[in-house]
Amino acid sequence: MNIVVCIKQVPNTNEIKINPETGTLIRDGVPSIMNPDDKGGLEMALRLKDQYGAHVTVITMGPPQADAILREAFAMGADRAILLTDRKFAGADTLATSYALAGAIKTLDYDLIIAGRQAIDGDTAQVAPEMAEHHRLPQVSYTVDLKYNNGLCTVKKETEEGYQILEVPTPCVLTVLATANKPRYMSVKGIIEAFDKEVEIWTADKIDVDPNRLGLKGSPTRVKKSFTKPQKSPGQVYEVDAEEAVGIIISKLKEKFII
Amino acid sequence: MEKTDYKNVFVFAEQRDGVIQSVALELLGKAHELAGVLNEKVVAVLPGHNITKHAQMLIEYGADEVICIDEPELKDYLTEQYAQTICQVVDKYKPSILMIGATTIGRDLGPRLAARLTTGLTADCTRLEISEEGELMMTRPAFGGNLMATIMCTEHRPQMSTVRPGVMQKMQRDASRQGNVLTFKPTFDKSKFLVRMVENVKVDKGKVDITDAKVLVSGGRGVGCKEGFEKLQQLADVFPNAEVSSSRAMVDAGIIDHDRQVGQTGKTVRPDLYFALGISGAIQHLAGMEESEFIVAVNKDKFAPIFSVADLGIVCDLNKVVPLLTARLASEIEKK
Amino acid sequence: MDFGFSKREELFLQMIREFAENEVKPLAAEVDEQERFPMETVEKMAKIGIMGIPVPVEYGGQGGTNQMYSMAVEELSRVCATTGVIVSAHTSLCINPILEYGTEEQKQKYVPKLAAGEWIGAFGLTEPNAGTDAAMQQTTAVLDGDEWVLNGTKIFITNAGYAHVYVVMAMTNKELGTKGISAFIVEKGTPGFSIGKKEKKMGIRGSATCELIFENCRIPKENLLGEQGKGFKIAMNTLNGGRIGIAAQALGIAQGALDETVKYVKERKQFGKPIGAFQNTQFQLANLDAKIQAARLLVREASYNKDMHKPYAVEAARCKLFAAETAMEVTTKAVQFHGGYGYTREYPVERMMRDAKITEIYEGTSEVQRMVIAGNLFK
Repeated sequence: MNIVVCIKQVPNTNEIKINPETGTLIRDGVPSIMNPDDKGGLEMALRLKDQYGAHVTVITMGPPQADAILREAFAMGADRAILLTDRKFAGADTLATSYALAGAIKTLDYDLIIAGRQAIDGDTAQVAPEMAEHHRLPQVSYTVDLKYNNGLCTVKKETEEGYQILEVPTPCVLTVLATANKPRYMSVKGIIEAFDKEVEIWTADKIDVDPNRLGLKGSPTRVKKSFTKPQKSPGQVYEVDAEEAVGIIISKLKEKFII
Repeated sequence: MEKTDYKNVFVFAEQRDGVIQSVALELLGKAHELAGVLNEKVVAVLPGHNITKHAQMLIEYGADEVICIDEPELKDYLTEQYAQTICQVVDKYKPSILMIGATTIGRDLGPRLAARLTTGLTADCTRLEISEEGELMMTRPAFGGNLMATIMCTEHRPQMSTVRPGVMQKMQRDASRQGNVLTFKPTFDKSKFLVRMVENVKVDKGKVDITDAKVLVSGGRGVGCKEGFEKLQQLADVFPNAEVSSSRAMVDAGIIDHDRQVGQTGKTVRPDLYFALGISGAIQHLAGMEESEFIVAVNKDKFAPIFSVADLGIVCDLNKVVPLLTARLASEIEKK
Repeated sequence: MDFGFSKREELFLQMIREFAENEVKPLAAEVDEQERFPMETVEKMAKIGIMGIPVPVEYGGQGGTNQMYSMAVEELSRVCATTGVIVSAHTSLCINPILEYGTEEQKQKYVPKLAAGEWIGAFGLTEPNAGTDAAMQQTTAVLDGDEWVLNGTKIFITNAGYAHVYVVMAMTNKELGTKGISAFIVEKGTPGFSIGKKEKKMGIRGSATCELIFENCRIPKENLLGEQGKGFKIAMNTLNGGRIGIAAQALGIAQGALDETVKYVKERKQFGKPIGAFQNTQFQLANLDAKIQAARLLVREASYNKDMHKPYAVEAARCKLFAAETAMEVTTKAVQFHGGYGYTREYPVERMMRDAKITEIYEGTSEVQRMVIAGNLFK
């Protein structure tokens, strides 16, 4: 059984702070991590490896430093790692990104493609389903549990009201939530050996894609501008009676779009 | 593709078990506004089974037209069934804008559609406006909410966006509104229907996880007793995703369960709205909640340290404020 | 010369830090309060190889360096000194001597299971009358046919009761003095070997510290570790390695205490501002930070020497002396900066202060370290 897992290196957004003077993001010194939803997906694949001896390939599209999460994946137990990196991918929106990934995956043998539901920096949850569409593969998103038997995936999908059980035959694409499982720790030996293994570097010309559909050129959406949310001004304290207090609270909540 | 061939603002009318989801109505409200600026129509797209009877409701909430696709295959949401349907609707009717609620359904369907239609999709938009050139400006948070970005899709149609529930405002329901109801018959390629729904389970919320709540109504020594906390629960019940939490004092007094404790020896929370009621603001408590998006503190003591982290501070008796606030909020939220 | 971490060490640090934060830290207060040996943590550590970091792969270990091992003990001790010493005593004091002095049979028999964490290891040298004066061994071992017969008592033995394998020193020939001491491997459950009183301690309360009682305990002849009469040398060399582990433990305690204090002084407001805004606070914490980093570099040097098979006895003594005294200073100041709150068990610093004290005492008191260092100065 062959599984391809798509992972992404992201800044740990919980650690991002805003410079109080300029109002801009402080990006220096923010640690980079493997996207949590993707890690859940990798763990899901590794459990199938434990159970059925599946071969697990991890692939990431990113800058050279994304090598770090591929090593982490090796240390957790992945068999093969591919870094899809090329300046030509720069400026890609989700459609162009998913197209490039789909192009790379085309050359791999797979029964199952697993990806995280969404990345904590982009938060779009679009790349995996769009990639599934490029391959015209059936998809199930919001996966929290997977049972595999002889070419059939029985998937537990989390919904707002509870969950659904769905069946889908391989080949298919699943997007996974970080809450699906508790990913294993890397083993000490795994970490040591991870750096002796080869990370394959694939550039744009190594994959079968139309260059016009890559990068900024291949992106239907463009960012017109970006800005940080307005800074919190120090709170006001009101010494008032209950009636007035309620009025103030409600108008403030409305102002902040909380109600 | 000729941009001028594409007109009108389409809204995916999400329904589950025949119940139109609130987010669809909210999007109709926004669509109505956008269509007004563009001088175009609002069209609701309603796939499902035995759902044509809901078309009128969509019109009353702002749709000028409703395209009903009533097929047994569409009874429950499945990606391929819905993607084929909406794609065919888009190909026939050529909307300039297509809005989808960012629910588990919308976030599954949206990208699938965008890729199939080879167009741009912007997720979780918090603001939608029309530019001077008549293009859609879609603003959304990124970097875990630390950054905002305004995105446009100028060379492709339809311009797609998903919007989370609770972000846009419904219009006032107008029973006198009239509109067209059309039926659309899709042509299914059933060979692609590979996902099968085995079970759809609705689960009752079990153990409390205050770290998940978007709104926390937190009580301290000022609340004092179980009855007091019942009043707090009533305030919490006004909001869709709210829980009651407390400082350590009330947990130690045996009035509240430890799993609701916020603070150094309890949980760290970052809700959108944190009510600190009768909580003095000891450092151990602040450590657990000061990252909340918006903090409203009510305390009789104007020197209480909680006021140093509150976005809005009220020096008043919480026992007077809370019931009044609950009642007023309930009526405000119902108005929507 | 690169003082930083290699990519491998960085990834290792990431893992061990995450493990310490998520698996070890949540139990630390309870382990201390209940004086509970955290067996569940040992099992989790075993699964990912933490019980056998510097052990060669051919003996079932992880094939890591002593540097990585020191980093692990530091990170674990940062959140729980008990967990740190469990790993340290097991690895440095039990696995290490068997690897260095054992026969191939002994290594194959004991090391794989120890490295896998299936068995926990311990080391028995100290006796009621033999602490710093370790040569005063009164436990005896007499050869009787195919067996050694052990009689005597050991005290203050870390991991006692939970360990399966014990490297024990005993007097085989009283007339030869230190050259009459030999090392033995004793397995739990051997008739005549029992675990005695469990000590109630000031700190590292989750660590099992007990007596070992040998009453005509018979062990196979093959369980002699190394040459007869070389036991004292084996013990001293073993302790040299152990000192690096304890230094790493002290270093971790110090770092953990400093981190907690920096967090606290940023939040605690008195006289209208955070106490961290006062220069007295800043200067004192700056001093402590510099000392901790100095201790860290001493530990790194000692670990490096051991990895390179260079002599490391003096380096080990230095880092243990300095790290232990630094830990005591940092934790005491940490409690002081936390004020009244620091004296309560609501904050971890009082536990860290209680934990720090033992690092100045066991595996060679600070006085012994001074003897080693002075011995090197005056040779």
